[in-house]
Amino acid sequence: MGPIGEDQFLFLMQGLKWTVLLAIVGFIGGGIFGILIALLRTSKNKVARTITAGYIGVFQGTPLLMQLFVVYYGVALLGIDVNAWIAVAVAFTLHASAFLGEIWRGSIEAVPKGQTEAANALGLHYVSRMKDVILPQALKISMPATIGFLVQLTKGTSLAAIVGFIELTRAGQIISNQTYRPLLVFGIVGAIYFIICWPLSHAGSRLEKRMAKAAR
Amino acid sequence: MRYTFDFGAVLDRAPELLWGSLGTVGLALAGMLLALVIGLLGVVARSSKSEITRAAVIVFVEVVRNTPFLVQIFFIYFALPLMGIRLNPTVTAIIALGINGGAYAIEIIRGGIESVSRGQIEAGFALGLHKADVFRLIVLKPALRAIYPSLTSQFIMLTLTTSVCTSIAAYELTSAAQRIESDTFRSFEVYFTVTAIYLVISSLMMGLFALISRHYFNYPTR
Repeated sequence: MGPIGEDQFLFLMQGLKWTVLLAIVGFIGGGIFGILIALLRTSKNKVARTITAGYIGVFQGTPLLMQLFVVYYGVALLGIDVNAWIAVAVAFTLHASAFLGEIWRGSIEAVPKGQTEAANALGLHYVSRMKDVILPQALKISMPATIGFLVQLTKGTSLAAIVGFIELTRAGQIISNQTYRPLLVFGIVGAIYFIICWPLSHAGSRLEKRMAKAAR
Repeated sequence: MRYTFDFGAVLDRAPELLWGSLGTVGLALAGMLLALVIGLLGVVARSSKSEITRAAVIVFVEVVRNTPFLVQIFFIYFALPLMGIRLNPTVTAIIALGINGGAYAIEIIRGGIESVSRGQIEAGFALGLHKADVFRLIVLKPALRAIYPSLTSQFIMLTLTTSVCTSIAAYELTSAAQRIESDTFRSFEVYFTVTAIYLVISSLMMGLFALISRHYFNYPTR
């Protein structure tokens, strides 16, 4: 057995950096496309609604690990020479856009119908109605679920380890193989994820309780 | 450079994919069953009189829900042998899936039971029902109905999570895919096909769950 010293810890921190970056990129990229998906999913156009429903269904009905593999090898087939980091980031962006799109569709539909009618009565056009009336309210409604998904996404970045990307979990695997102390290493790795995810989960559920109380 | 797709190389291994799919379904069902047992036991322990038991359940739920399944399965995979328990990877995977699903099940079941209002239970007693009848008719059935949608969607997620069990070489679809990939080098074709198979499995499961729901919970509430 080898010791877990400063070097090993620094290596884990390097991995952590990629985990956090992946989660942030996935969340922001997924957020941008997710709004688009949510708007199309709630639009009047039937074709747009069907296509986005299918998109969401595929991403929610298949394992994230498979999505990673398909995008990872799919991007390579396009003949573009991209590194693993971009391929993985694209996969997480697509994954997040489907889940956030579905969450936000729900919140857009949860905004009382009277708000849309009032906006129409005021003569607001689509963009203004969405941007100034519906989306701000929908965003508030969606907060607990959105935070919940951010936790899920952060945990999901660990699967990048299986396609060979060195983030926190993969760094842990490497160190575990070097030092033969799997329990200690994976205990530390788990604790690091917990330190990131738990405050988020906690904030999400507190927000949910507060909103439930306000709704009563 | 043009790439020619060759799904034939993948279709030649159809029997392996079929067995892998059965492995995935088996893993998922066993994991769900264990998750349900852990969920029910956890809910009972969560309302125990002992403060330590209650705290232990809360810690268990929070730790499992805020760490990745991949880290959990590695931890269990290495921890069991140190405790003198030697199991094959597939059984280890079932335990990991059960523990993961169980933590979510505890929260879902607890929420469902709490959703039954106190007044309904009191009304049941006022009508002269026995304690067992109150539990069965007034607490259990509505609670089951409240729990069902969240629990089944959690089970679908658990089914998709089984793919991660390839990391400890459990017998399921993703590990079959990885074997075929390393033999044929048709990475995209293999994973594309297998993704489609997962979509079929999860759709069938959703359909089945919806059918059960329509059959058992099809009664008016007000």
